[in-house]
Amino acid sequence: MTKTKDALRQRELTINMGPQHPATHGVLRLVLEIDGETVIKCTPYVGYLHRGTEKLCENRTYLSAMPLMDRLDYISSMANDVGYCVAVERLLGIEPPERAKFIRTMMCEMTRISSHILWLGTHALDIGAMTVFLYSFREREWIMDLFEMVCGARLTVSFPRIGGIRNDVSQEFLDSLYKFAEEFPSRIIEYETLIDQNRIWLQRTKGIGVISAEEAVNWGFTGPTLRGSGVDYDVRKYMPYDAYEQVDFDVPVGKEGDVYDRYRCRMEEMRQSVRIIKQCIEKLPKGPIMTPDAPKFTLPPKDKVLKDMEAMIHHFVMLTKGPLTAPVGEIYSSTEVPKGELGFYIVSDGSGRPYRMRLRSPSFVHVSALPRLCVGSLVADVIANIGTIDVVLGECDR
Amino acid sequence: MIDLIRIHTGDIIFNILIILVKTAVVFGVAMLHVAYATYFERKIIGHMQVRLGPMRVGYHGLLQPIADGVKAFFKEDIIPLNADKPVFIIAPLIAMFATISSLAVIPFFDGFVIADINVGILFLLAMSSLGAYGIVMAGWASNSKFSFLGGLRSSAQVVSYEIAMGLSLVGIMLMAGSLNLTEIVKAQQQYWHGMFLVPQFLAFFIFTVGAFAETNRTPFDLPEAESELVAGYFVEYSGMRFAFFFLAEYVGMIVMSSISVICFWGGWTLPPIIVNTFPFLGEIPGIIIFLLKVYCYLFLFYWVRATLPRYRYDQLMSLGWKVLIPLALLNIVATSLIKFFF
Repeated sequence: MTKTKDALRQRELTINMGPQHPATHGVLRLVLEIDGETVIKCTPYVGYLHRGTEKLCENRTYLSAMPLMDRLDYISSMANDVGYCVAVERLLGIEPPERAKFIRTMMCEMTRISSHILWLGTHALDIGAMTVFLYSFREREWIMDLFEMVCGARLTVSFPRIGGIRNDVSQEFLDSLYKFAEEFPSRIIEYETLIDQNRIWLQRTKGIGVISAEEAVNWGFTGPTLRGSGVDYDVRKYMPYDAYEQVDFDVPVGKEGDVYDRYRCRMEEMRQSVRIIKQCIEKLPKGPIMTPDAPKFTLPPKDKVLKDMEAMIHHFVMLTKGPLTAPVGEIYSSTEVPKGELGFYIVSDGSGRPYRMRLRSPSFVHVSALPRLCVGSLVADVIANIGTIDVVLGECDR
Repeated sequence: MIDLIRIHTGDIIFNILIILVKTAVVFGVAMLHVAYATYFERKIIGHMQVRLGPMRVGYHGLLQPIADGVKAFFKEDIIPLNADKPVFIIAPLIAMFATISSLAVIPFFDGFVIADINVGILFLLAMSSLGAYGIVMAGWASNSKFSFLGGLRSSAQVVSYEIAMGLSLVGIMLMAGSLNLTEIVKAQQQYWHGMFLVPQFLAFFIFTVGAFAETNRTPFDLPEAESELVAGYFVEYSGMRFAFFFLAEYVGMIVMSSISVICFWGGWTLPPIIVNTFPFLGEIPGIIIFLLKVYCYLFLFYWVRATLPRYRYDQLMSLGWKVLIPLALLNIVATSLIKFFF
């Protein structure tokens, strides 16, 4: 008799969503307690992609830590690299030349478009609109080809250098990029015709995952996820780096702070990115691509290393000791990557390697707010919420 | 007396043979259609999504469905350790046989129907709801939480949409004065346009939405929502058993398309106004007209899949109960009143 009673006792169903799940964008694991379809409790677990980037950096010179940055948010490796270079440049007190700044800005915005496109595709796929995914990948492929044109790599680029960029861009690349910038806004309209006015899409996104401006700030949201709630905060605008001061762009903000507003923000951001890219191409100054101080911080060109004694010694020192001139001190520097504010906190003890490097990654902060967004909503909304905060677990589990 | 019995049994045997042949033909043709329905779905959606779809097996991937079938057949058949074994095995069979038996009452052209029963529509509705048992049982027997949720969603969905769909067909029954599908097709010939679609457009809309929900197709594919429940009720199924569910879904689509064609599009007939203007069109065999109409309807299924996102569970329920069922009832009242007074 007691056994029957026990069997009839009601309790919540615990579902383990992830780390292998098609909608958790990588290896995010959520443990959901659901009552029917309503989520009672949501606990995110992270760490399945932990590679110890912060610790690894301590054993590498400033230059050779760069490839690790590619693999943080592997969707937008260029933006991470630029963020890292900006941080180290600020630590070293050097400034890249104008041309390098413009090219970096251009690259960052290309990355932003590529990241937002991928986000749009997967987000729409999560909500069930399959076609958007393939349309957006068509344009992503185009950007990838452009990346390949400029640095040979498509995903993990390692293109910027401390004090400049690795190589100059060709006129051919600039022409193709300009063509892309001309063409791309019409493609955004194409995506919008598929979902923007769709009643099901509106029902699935409007009023879902609402977070007020105040709460969003308190949770530490940044990037489009914060701006969707109506907070006008963009590192590019308020703490400009590279050439962002010299280009003209708007920061789109939402109003309601729901999934739909965040979607609108990202769509508008892509348009602004196109604007920035065009301005960068038009204003691109002539000149060097590395700062004159650069030989202290970057590897000499390979052909010189093979012929020139000085260069070879320099090369050897660079790879074993790192730049000897890094001042003792600490610095926090942040840049606006597609997902939000990526911060680097570097403590230098005067050697060629960072004594401690701490990354403030937007994905980690955003994942922490998932329970706040999901509790009380339905299982399907959990998926929409994971999509809307745009997490990449590589960055989350540094 | 003995002679009489002999003649009689001869008749029965002859009839049984006829039915068996008919069944074999329908089954064979239907299976071929299912195989190529998957191919065309992949091709059509592929082209809608700026890609090519299957291209490797045969010319433009024409042999792809056969390769898929062979693959599914030779796959390892995995039954999870804690699954409810008998139910786990029965579930896909129920899902498949329920939908395939629906083909028995569908008249493909004039006089060709395996079982010309008087309650054709009711039989179809009954069979399509039986199919839901397969899904519910699969969800339960897999002993997986994702399947379980998928099964639950499916039962709720099928129950609520079946009502709307059944009610929408009441309008047709009133118009035709019969539940026999052949009679329904013939009743439509009285109009110049030869379709119940025109007077019963509301019922057609409700039926179409209901058909999408019944067959678990986008935007009502919640039971198998791959982004939420991975694959929903059949997440633990593999190999041939998985293929059975797949088969059930596609036969279900064909059955739903056939019902729609019969009840709203005039079945195997062309609109009389067209036939009267161009008499040579009357020579086209009924089966071709019927199939073409079914293909158009199947295309709608694919098109919608490539276009729409997925509904959320509560939105699906409110659409079913708050919009479709009242509309269907309204349609019945309006149709009855018009029938009564005119």
